[in-house]
Amino acid sequence: MEDMRLADRTASARENKITARGVQVYYGTNHAIKDVDVDIADRTVTAFIGPSGCGKSTFLRCLNRMNDTIPICRVEGRIEIDGEDIYDKRVDPVQLRARVGMVFQKPNPFPKSIYDNVAYGPRIHGLTRNRAELDEVVEKSLRRAALWNEVKDRLTSPGTGLSGGQQQRLCIARAVATSPEVLLMDEPCSALDPIATAQVEELIDELRENFSVVIVTHSMQQAARVSQRTAFFHLGNLVEFGETGQIFTNPRDPRTEAYITGRIG
Amino acid sequence: MSEQHILRAFDRDLEAVQGLVMRMGGMVETAILDAAEALAARDEDMAEKVRAGDKAIDALEEKINEETARLIALRAPAASDLRTALSVLKIASSLERVGDFAKNMAKRTTVLSQMHDIPGAGGALKRMSKAVVQMLSDALDAYNSRDVALAEDVRARDREVDQMYTALFREFLTHMMEDPRNITPCMHLHFIAKNIERMGDHATTISEQVIYLVTGAMPEESRPKADSVTTAGIEGK
Repeated sequence: MEDMRLADRTASARENKITARGVQVYYGTNHAIKDVDVDIADRTVTAFIGPSGCGKSTFLRCLNRMNDTIPICRVEGRIEIDGEDIYDKRVDPVQLRARVGMVFQKPNPFPKSIYDNVAYGPRIHGLTRNRAELDEVVEKSLRRAALWNEVKDRLTSPGTGLSGGQQQRLCIARAVATSPEVLLMDEPCSALDPIATAQVEELIDELRENFSVVIVTHSMQQAARVSQRTAFFHLGNLVEFGETGQIFTNPRDPRTEAYITGRIG
Repeated sequence: MSEQHILRAFDRDLEAVQGLVMRMGGMVETAILDAAEALAARDEDMAEKVRAGDKAIDALEEKINEETARLIALRAPAASDLRTALSVLKIASSLERVGDFAKNMAKRTTVLSQMHDIPGAGGALKRMSKAVVQMLSDALDAYNSRDVALAEDVRARDREVDQMYTALFREFLTHMMEDPRNITPCMHLHFIAKNIERMGDHATTISEQVIYLVTGAMPEESRPKADSVTTAGIEGK
């Protein structure tokens, strides 16, 4: 089963980018994530699947401390990126989020020009020294997001004037503009049509050459198409985590089987 | 997986295509038994009936392939559902081959009926056919009830069919050495015996599909073989 996708055999040989051990998340008294251990490989697409409320988005948001913004949320356990504890007091969450970018379900471009949307991150983090460098970063990011050719002649138009699929790719360009090491995607295609979805999926596949991508998706077919490793969450537990081909042909846990085959689990 | 799909039409599709496989299995079993009976009784009409009946078996395989392709395209089966779809294709393909062997037996029967009888051959081939039909029937039962133990039993039984074939091979060789006029009928009878032995291999393949379907992995250890024909004729064998 390791050989399901020959091109991706190297996936298992990649080094771990993110290591999570004994992660617990509470929303007030609700125990949302129960003792999750997971290793996310570098330059690999990892998909989190599971029914609504299973904790997959909550866990994703732990990886760049987005849960810090929710007052009743408490995170325990240890999450390391390249061996560094991201919940350490010395870690600045804003700096962390420059390294761990995020793309959300609904495209949410800023009410600014296409150019300024992409330039936003590099500007606030002071990543460029002059206008020429910034221009370069914007172009490179838009090219990476497969959007450059469609918008290069109207960089000053508002980002909100683009189509849904273009807006989502703009958000991806914005996320990659700070050269993050990890890209988190929370259902990035659920508001897109099939063509735009295919474009974003193609983009995800290209992004994994440089980034570690973690994607939460409700579409099992999408998880199967874009990821090399798949994690199945259920009721706050990480039930099964393995090579995507193995999960979709021969899952080991009956709960995974019931979920991916569309049975009442 | 005994639980039902949330989408019940998916269950109906899977059941329908597996139903076609079981129907095909029944037709193939009948074809083998009829072909063996025709051979033993030198019944040309019955042999002709078997030859004509193969078309329906082939058509059913085509229908199974089409329905399974539809199921894969429309339902995107995963895990045990995917294995079911794949095993359906493989089993239908094996059954189609077995049907061809039965048809070939019937064809040779038409020729053999014109020649002098080789005593005992018809009865021996009929016994061998019955053993193979039992294997096939058990393999399909194992498939229907997802019974790995029964599937393993079928795999083990292939050894007996191999032994029957080896014994017949030696017997035909003896007849041919005794009298050259036996060569033509014995060559035909030998091909029939070999084809029945191949049917046993297909029953074994079906059993292996059952094991794959249930466990997600093909059986690893190689099964016992008792076909020593490939070395027969060498001094001392």
